[in-house]
Amino acid sequence: MENSADNFFRGLWKENPVFVQLLGMCPILAVSNTVINSLAMGLATTFVLICSGILISLMRNIIPKQVRIAAFIIIIATFVTVAEFILQAVSIEIHKSLGAFISLIVVNCIILGRAEAFASRNPVFPSILDAVGTGLGFTFALFCMGALREVLGSGTFAGIAVMPAAFEPWIVFILPGGGFFVLGFLLLVVNHINSSLKRRAA
Amino acid sequence: MNTDSHAFIFLSACVVNNFVLASFLGICPFLGVSKKVDTALRMGIAVLLVMLVSSAAAFGINLVLQSFDAEYLQLVSYIAVIASTVQLVEMIIKKFSPSLFRALGIFLPLITTNCAILGVALFQTSREYSFSQSLVFALGAGAGFTLALWLMSGLREESEFADPPKLIKGTALSLMIAGILSMAFMGFAGLGA
Repeated sequence: MENSADNFFRGLWKENPVFVQLLGMCPILAVSNTVINSLAMGLATTFVLICSGILISLMRNIIPKQVRIAAFIIIIATFVTVAEFILQAVSIEIHKSLGAFISLIVVNCIILGRAEAFASRNPVFPSILDAVGTGLGFTFALFCMGALREVLGSGTFAGIAVMPAAFEPWIVFILPGGGFFVLGFLLLVVNHINSSLKRRAA
Repeated sequence: MNTDSHAFIFLSACVVNNFVLASFLGICPFLGVSKKVDTALRMGIAVLLVMLVSSAAAFGINLVLQSFDAEYLQLVSYIAVIASTVQLVEMIIKKFSPSLFRALGIFLPLITTNCAILGVALFQTSREYSFSQSLVFALGAGAGFTLALWLMSGLREESEFADPPKLIKGTALSLMIAGILSMAFMGFAGLGA
């Protein structure tokens, strides 16, 4: 049982796809300008991760080694199309504001990375745990980015004003440049926490 | 300036809405392959080639899909087209310039998962560009990608000699540099719509 808990929690912090493995940077930077967008993107990616993880893990003995990458990509693309239609049905506004980035989940290296490194080598149940952990780790990173950028950049949190009226929004944080700065800053914080944890353990 | 003109589309894709610094497409190679100026340039040119070919192919595919009323297959067929284009470009380069083929090495197959290329194919469809407009758009996007990669690698080569605090070294520093670069590119925003 300890092993399956490990499968789940590994993706959340120790091997967080964004902060530690530096994968999936494009959606992290592009759609994190508001909290709602970040959460929608995170959940859509988690959905694709879980579904493709299950299918790839089930088919891991049928897919020939030579064409596995192509097969994975086709499976992922199918689920991304499904996710796109679901999102369109749930909320047309979020669908519009995420735009092409929903389709671009296909080329999110996190998904292909998990498919290749985990789902194609393990049974279904651990694959699901791994996918959920990784997906939540990704969503967590997106949420941190979205919250920081929205509060500083427009003075709101999920559309509700949280800053005092006298606060002048720092527009730069919702512009592309701010995305790079916030991500750099978050990496710095994560590095700091990890290195002080290591020092305490030693 | 007329927003449909070829010059405008090129300029817009290349600097005003630079794919890397303004639209955040292709960040992975932008951070991964920008350590040395010459590899960065080669990577940029390979991406430009793949973009041109796959943009032309995606245009054709879209016509076929539209005639069958099967646009929901767009994503799956585009990604298949890009993967085979990468193979094709790989074979062409191997045949005509073995030295360039060796220099690019592992970066060539990795172009498949570069989101900038799928981005070009998706944007040209959603903006309903004509065939020549699509090609110019792909050319501009590729040129912009190369430009961003080139600038970034130059800056990173210089920053090798600096001595930053240990915590910020590595990716955090690169991201800060990219942020400043992206702010500089915002200066072009006045050029277009």
